[in-house]
Amino acid sequence: MRNFILRRLFLGVFITFFGAMVIYTVIRSLPTSYVETIARERATNPLSTKTYQEWLDQLNAVYKLDVGIIPGFFGWVGNAIRGDFGESWHYGIPVTEKFNQVIWYSVIINIITFFVQFFISIPLGNLAARKQYSKTDYAITVFALMGISLPTFFLATILKYVFSIKLGWFDLYGLTGRFYTSMTPFQQVVDVGYHMILPIVTLTMLSIGGLMRYERTNMLEVLNSDYIRTARAKGVSEQVVINKHAFRNTLIPLVSYMSYLIPAMFSGALITETLFQIPGIGYVSYQAIIRGDIPFAMFYATLSILLTQVSLIVADIMYAVVDPRVRAN
Amino acid sequence: MTDNKKPLPNEKPAVVPQGGVIDEMHLDDARRIKVLSPGMLVFKRFIRNSLAVVGFVILLFMFIFSFLGPVFSPYGQTQVFKGLGSMSKDYAGAIYNEELRYTVAEGESFGSAERAQFLLALGKNSTTFTYDDSIYYYVSESEDVYRILQLDPVAEVLRGIFKPLSGSVVPDALITAYQSAVDDGLDSFELDGIAYRITQSGKASQISTEHDVALGMLSVYDAYDESDSENIVSYDFKLASVRALAQKRSAFSVGSQTYSVKYTENQATIFDDAGEEYAEVSNIIVNPLDQSVFLTVDFKTAIREAINDLETKFTYTHEDGETVDYSIVRVNKTYNIKKETSTELISVFEAPSANHALGLDNNGMDVMTRLMFGGRVSLLVGFVVIFLEVFIGILIGGISGYFGGWVDTALMRLVDLFNSIPFYPMVLIFGSVMDTLEVQPMVRIFLLMAILGLLGWTGVARIVRGQILSLREQDFMVATEATGIRTSRRIFKHLVPNVMPLLIVYATAGLGGIIITEATLGFLGLGVKYPLASWGSIINVASEAYVMTNFWFMWIPAGMLILLTVLGFNFVGDGLRDAYDPKMKR
Repeated sequence: MRNFILRRLFLGVFITFFGAMVIYTVIRSLPTSYVETIARERATNPLSTKTYQEWLDQLNAVYKLDVGIIPGFFGWVGNAIRGDFGESWHYGIPVTEKFNQVIWYSVIINIITFFVQFFISIPLGNLAARKQYSKTDYAITVFALMGISLPTFFLATILKYVFSIKLGWFDLYGLTGRFYTSMTPFQQVVDVGYHMILPIVTLTMLSIGGLMRYERTNMLEVLNSDYIRTARAKGVSEQVVINKHAFRNTLIPLVSYMSYLIPAMFSGALITETLFQIPGIGYVSYQAIIRGDIPFAMFYATLSILLTQVSLIVADIMYAVVDPRVRAN
Repeated sequence: MTDNKKPLPNEKPAVVPQGGVIDEMHLDDARRIKVLSPGMLVFKRFIRNSLAVVGFVILLFMFIFSFLGPVFSPYGQTQVFKGLGSMSKDYAGAIYNEELRYTVAEGESFGSAERAQFLLALGKNSTTFTYDDSIYYYVSESEDVYRILQLDPVAEVLRGIFKPLSGSVVPDALITAYQSAVDDGLDSFELDGIAYRITQSGKASQISTEHDVALGMLSVYDAYDESDSENIVSYDFKLASVRALAQKRSAFSVGSQTYSVKYTENQATIFDDAGEEYAEVSNIIVNPLDQSVFLTVDFKTAIREAINDLETKFTYTHEDGETVDYSIVRVNKTYNIKKETSTELISVFEAPSANHALGLDNNGMDVMTRLMFGGRVSLLVGFVVIFLEVFIGILIGGISGYFGGWVDTALMRLVDLFNSIPFYPMVLIFGSVMDTLEVQPMVRIFLLMAILGLLGWTGVARIVRGQILSLREQDFMVATEATGIRTSRRIFKHLVPNVMPLLIVYATAGLGGIIITEATLGFLGLGVKYPLASWGSIINVASEAYVMTNFWFMWIPAGMLILLTVLGFNFVGDGLRDAYDPKMKR
């Protein structure tokens, strides 16, 4: 087991390193960049005494873009390991500082979404499995597939159209209302929470389908297994069979599902946050990426890779923790 | 494609004869063929699944809509529709006159200094004012009409002593007349046909004769015939007409001429004795914005009537027969009269009509037609990308699974690496690069397909590898080895076709995901670009709150098409999975 974990950790580091390298190469190969824009801006400033090329050279030296891609990458890795991800070009503050500012919005949204989604889709998935091929099952399956088939932007736009424009219950964009600054701290918390409702509803509706189908499949598998037949043969009541014998065993595969929460939580929901202009990590990264902000894009992409690897390792370990059969192998 | 593979053993043939006696079966027996055809079994299981059939019908509709629709659509993808629209251009201005306008009597002068003094006196409510040693006096003829007279002092009276100011003596008759006027409390009297006026200055009183200097009023006169204007601006005519208008008399005369007046709300029309329209009197001044334009009195009257009636629009037929729509916009106290000229404009955001079932978009193109062409792009992108994914996946997964060992390890690490690359950041980077390079829309579609395919093949590779790992241990593979078949043939001819059913299921469900991804990129403005359309880029305009709020037909139909298509692919994918392998059916 220890060997397995060590091997897994080594693989994770390996993939993170090369994944970051791929991304660094792609970003460095971009034909245009933020640096050129800044250099052009500064060169056209009437007070500027330098030409565009001089500014460009100076900025390239500052941002270490004058060295080749491979040395540049190793320089970046050297700093990154020490926790120095540089200063965001777009936001003008250290990348990690910006990350600290915005990450909690994403984390809160994702945690709430996770719980809402969990409490809706697990019971529904179980219900569908217990009444397989009934009308309820079909209804739930169709509903789940609808959720999977809905594009994020369309769902978000419809929700905005209905609840923000037609009913006027919510603001179209943003995390704070118009009178945010003149509110008491308690009201501010309520205001932010209120603005998070639509993004959370969007994320929940999109993810419910997948989890519901997953739970249904797992439950069906468990219900068809021998120990459930044994339990029923013993005369255990259906309630106990479902809740104790069956449901607990469906939680094992859910462990792997839950481990995906780690990257989802910290890399944010890029599309949803952008659509609602929630200043979480997803929206902030979107802004940085489309403007060619290399430090921030690198940080965000590397973080995603790292978190994905961590979640895979956690999932493997958790499997062993919850299922003794895995531990034996 | 699965005819010679995978007999599905647990499916009971539905044609076992009743009664237990099995007839002798011939090779060409229809029942036997039924039993032996697994493809038929898959098909039968598929059509028994109602959800799958619904999905299939949806997809069939989408394909007909997208690939046959444009053939029957009367419009082209980038056909721009124009319509006559009206553009309003400032034409004339009107204002309620609030400044007195002066008509100066012949041979007199009443300059701006005198006018200022008059206005001061008017403000102070004193009836006389002086300027440059001249004394003026004014009479209010009616509301806002003032007749200004200059006084020529004849005599001054101080404590009953009369001092002549012109001539040598004050005639007795004047003194008598003055006394009687003072006794009666009058400030004017007449003697021998000459009017005298008594004014006070300090303790002294002055007796003066008077003569008309100017007439101040708010009304404006417009002559119907340009040649009459000289008469109309004359002092006598104005004085007579103003007096008549003040009393609402229906006729008045100036000299030998008699005029009749017809009153309408806030204005009056003066007719000459021949009954012809002669002049128009109103307190609204109308001026053309362009000095070279001459406004006829009739037109001015029409504007005034419209302003009086608080209209915002009116139509006027000019003398040359041209009928023009005008609109009136009020800014504070002035009214701008705008001429509505019709020009050919691109009709944008036109609501659905009989000609355009879903209206026109922000470029004046038919939304329905663009949805059809957009469906082509969206579906094609989906198919090409999934084909690319399956192709790379089979290649990598097949080699990896067949050879095993270090080849397997190396390729699987490559799969892990590709799998770890965050999808949206990468696609966003490529999208913005294509934006800055201004890639041709058509080339852009192909690049987009390539990128999506390159980022998405890992799932297929894993499935293929997993399947081949178990398949290669089976007896038929030993047979291929024994017969000395080439390695590449063994992999791609004998192993991969066995993975195909699973891949078809995977690809069908994956198609939906790719269509969503393509649409999302289109929505973010990083996918397919104008003038080509895809369902996502059609919805893109809804990211503007203005369009989203006001023009539902711009984005709801496209969104519904995406939703239905993806739903269709998911239904069919589910149905296929259940049909291929009933054991998997949960």
